Amino acid sequence: MGKRVNMEIKKTSLNKLHQINQAKFVEFAGYQMPIQYINGIIEEHKFTRLHCGIFDVSHMGQLFIYGDENLTNELEKIFPLDLKNLKQNNSKYSFLMNEDAGIYDDLIVTKIEEGYLIILNAACKDKDFEILSNLLDKKFKMNLDNSRSLIALQGPKSVEILDSIINGVVRLNFMSGKWFDFNNQKLFVTRSGYTGEDGFEISILNEKAEAFTENLIKKGARLVGLGARDTLRLEAGLCLYGHELDINKTPVEANLKWAISKSRLPNGGFIGSDKIMRQMQNGAKQLRVGIKPEGRLIAREKTKIFNEKNIQIGQITSGTFGPSVNGPIAMGYVDREFSKVDTKILLEVRGKKYPANVCGLPFYKKSYVKGVN
Amino acid sequence: MSEVKFSKEHEWITLEGDVATIGITKHATEMLGDIVFAELPEKGSNVEKDGTAGVVESTKAASDVYTPVSGEVIDTNQVIVDDPSKINEDPEGSAWFFKLKMKDSSELDSLMNKEEYDKFAKESGN
Repeated sequence: MGKRVNMEIKKTSLNKLHQINQAKFVEFAGYQMPIQYINGIIEEHKFTRLHCGIFDVSHMGQLFIYGDENLTNELEKIFPLDLKNLKQNNSKYSFLMNEDAGIYDDLIVTKIEEGYLIILNAACKDKDFEILSNLLDKKFKMNLDNSRSLIALQGPKSVEILDSIINGVVRLNFMSGKWFDFNNQKLFVTRSGYTGEDGFEISILNEKAEAFTENLIKKGARLVGLGARDTLRLEAGLCLYGHELDINKTPVEANLKWAISKSRLPNGGFIGSDKIMRQMQNGAKQLRVGIKPEGRLIAREKTKIFNEKNIQIGQITSGTFGPSVNGPIAMGYVDREFSKVDTKILLEVRGKKYPANVCGLPFYKKSYVKGVN
Repeated sequence: MSEVKFSKEHEWITLEGDVATIGITKHATEMLGDIVFAELPEKGSNVEKDGTAGVVESTKAASDVYTPVSGEVIDTNQVIVDDPSKINEDPEGSAWFFKLKMKDSSELDSLMNKEEYDKFAKESGN
């Protein structure tokens, strides 16, 4: 079974720990990653919502770019962010785009003392590095750091568990991060995540990752696989690159206008700004929406969406069963005139059309921590 | 009730007279993971051996359910449609899928017994 691949599959530093915990593995972006462990996706999902899940996201790219205000100026030509006014240790969700505002990748940018730390999707990181090196004309030192693992801790108990190991993380606000000293090493911890829960991402040296994770397990956290990561992020209405986002979609179409800093809009000056401003003025042809199928029907990616007159108006990009909302959920793109909440639509599954409704996002309400300080 | 037989598509079948009860195996549910949706054939419809006769979906993916024998669907198990998680709980018992009035009992000959199926499932790994 499986594809014949000559290239050797990459493994993260936690691979052995995944095996010990009876992970089922899948190949994801060239890595052998756990899709689930012994308890299965639904239990892992619910455990994260109620307690604390540990996610190995070491396959994601950790790109350090070193520089001062010159780097800030150069990055503002690339990202639709107000980086000049971004405080040190604060993070922003953003995109790397082409001139047509097509999305190469979605990412998290954190301003650090030495410059910037950018977290990239696993499948995009090498290409992103190449694109950014060229755009920055090799003027700044860049390190796509594969000496570090990335561990996400998500769920309401995350803060209690992590603060008992790394004193002080309790004082981080959501979407901020900083270096912490821990056992004679430096960890970069951000309060962030992609599940709709409060939580942290911890960047740690590979050789320390396993012991650190074992410690988290001892404190009551449990390993959670990519399967539950997907149901969690979908319930939270968050995009997944390669599904909701790709090179043929713009941030406006993806309904991610909120991620474009308002101060950058009148003047543009970042890659893709012309297209974005045009779309914001004239409206995009299609928009990303939430979709709630009636009954228990699950509409998977590529399911065709029709209006009540049986004309195709769009396509599903992600669809599954949401364990916390206890029903099927989906996201997709529809023609703008059908993007209003409560619009009745039809989904074609296995040759038959089933009713569904356009709905607001997220499906599951977030509980991010703001304003701790 | 007759001996349980198994198909290569991971269905089980038992026979009472000419009425066959069909479901999916424990091994199948372990491969699928948490089942969250089940669709069954319509009562009164005719299904052909190895043809599709339903769908199960887990959080991960959709899979067709095949019928190991031909016949007319005389009953379906609404319980698993209303609560698909029952399939994970008791796949080879109360979570049967449908009952058929069998057309041709010789179709059973190509199916496996428990020992053969366990070996097949272990070797195929899927």
